Amino acid sequence: MQSNGLMKKLEENKMPEEKGWKDMPRGGMILEPGNARKYETGSWRTLKPVMDPNKCIHCMFCWIYCPESAIIVKDKKMSGFDLEHCKGCGICAKECPKEAIEMLIEEK
Amino acid sequence: MSQRSNRNAHRRKINSSGRPWSVVADLGLLKHSGGEMPKIIAQTGDDAVAEAMRQINPDVVVAYPITPQTEIVQYFSEFVAQGKVKTEFNCVESEHSAMSACIGASAAGGRVMTATSSQGLAYMWEVVYIAASYRLPIVMPVVNRALSGPINIHCDHSDTMGARDSGWIQIFSENVQESYDNTIQAVRIAEHKGVLLPVMVTLDGFIISHAMERFEMLDDEIVQRFIGEYKSEHSLLNTGHPVTYGPLQLFDYYMEQKRQQHEVMKFVPGVVLEVAKDFEKVSKRKYGLFEEYKMDDADFGIVVLGSTAGTAKTVVDKLRDDGLRVGLLKVRLFRPFPAAEIANSLSHLKAVAVLDRSDTFGGLGGPLFEEVCASLFNYQFPEGLRIPVVNYIYGLGGRDINLDHIKKVYADLSEIVQTGKIKELVQYLGVRE
Repeated sequence: MQSNGLMKKLEENKMPEEKGWKDMPRGGMILEPGNARKYETGSWRTLKPVMDPNKCIHCMFCWIYCPESAIIVKDKKMSGFDLEHCKGCGICAKECPKEAIEMLIEEK
Repeated sequence: MSQRSNRNAHRRKINSSGRPWSVVADLGLLKHSGGEMPKIIAQTGDDAVAEAMRQINPDVVVAYPITPQTEIVQYFSEFVAQGKVKTEFNCVESEHSAMSACIGASAAGGRVMTATSSQGLAYMWEVVYIAASYRLPIVMPVVNRALSGPINIHCDHSDTMGARDSGWIQIFSENVQESYDNTIQAVRIAEHKGVLLPVMVTLDGFIISHAMERFEMLDDEIVQRFIGEYKSEHSLLNTGHPVTYGPLQLFDYYMEQKRQQHEVMKFVPGVVLEVAKDFEKVSKRKYGLFEEYKMDDADFGIVVLGSTAGTAKTVVDKLRDDGLRVGLLKVRLFRPFPAAEIANSLSHLKAVAVLDRSDTFGGLGGPLFEEVCASLFNYQFPEGLRIPVVNYIYGLGGRDINLDHIKKVYADLSEIVQTGKIKELVQYLGVRE
């Protein structure tokens, strides 16, 4: 649930601006389905996947294995990574039968 | 499993009424508001709680047997086998699993019950806390039994006292009648829209659970009407409005959730009283946050939990015959602890003794003593006034407490007032030196 904004606030010794206990759903329940999407895990990444379009056969193994649903598919073709959610785990690179995905050091 | 023993080698024969050994008397004079007659029955505490569960007819019961709770679930399983309840009844391999399954069933929107004792409660520990933090209205009779070690199967309160900070509501019972009544009221308290918390109803192991007493059983329909229908606001099975129970909450939200749990407890005593008021209408039996016995003009008072209150009331009567002004306060609602109300009730006494059926080993005294002391410390007494409060740890592992023990406590209080000195702040009662 924490965001980069929250981390920044905490670093600045300020109270986070998230909901207070009176506004929070009872028992910390999440009432909005699918809102994990809003939790951007891309900042966790140290390695970034890079795909070689010449090697990719669009078998969708990476799409099946990606634990973050971070493989972008367009017109039934593997067309890149959702880097706001990709944690850089490297499973796609490991599973790719054509070694079309390489994990590179993330640079700012 | 060496810590558990099943005393049910002699499985009881079921008579035509379904209830073995039950003595049913017709009481023509006591009519309920609805016109139905209460059944007056001689039953054990476990039996009575099982009957309450039958009348509650929960959607799901998941349990694991442990002495002295075993009979509750055993009798209830007979009701399941006889088709007297519609409950989905699951026997799991441990108490940890029992509470875990209860949490799942409750989050799915069911009315859920289980029961346990001692090591069983200890074993379900981590999930006990989770049930409270998810705000699930599970009702769990706990038959008080000493925690190991050394291994023991008899009564003390060390099991539930260990769970006093788990976020559950805890209600103590003095006898079979109260165990039955509290179990039924617990459903309403737990499911109250402003509460939604799990409730433990405690009864003293063997002393209540296995001793047969006279008790009045309400009519099935009255119980059903009293508890009403439970409709969960957020069922996991409602795919139209999917929700998540128990997401990870780190330094961002954990504290806010704990603050919620802190707050909701303040709301509980009012609901307990409201439910008690409604219960009185159908049962003619009065319940409060605690019971005051001959406290109005008392000089000395004892504060106690559970079945020992019965023994102590006998002593109060005897000493009153001798002209001593003594009283008793029996705590019913231990969590949340009604601190201000109890301090107020004790505030006119000259000395107070708190009887604890468990120790905190290294704390100031027993858990009830600490609560009472803290309550009185914050009470606004007239200038300079302070009531001496002493503590007696008694009855551990089922050690008997008799009339003479309690007489000694009142005698000690009298001496404290006369001499102005407390010889021992905390002492063991009924132990060999």
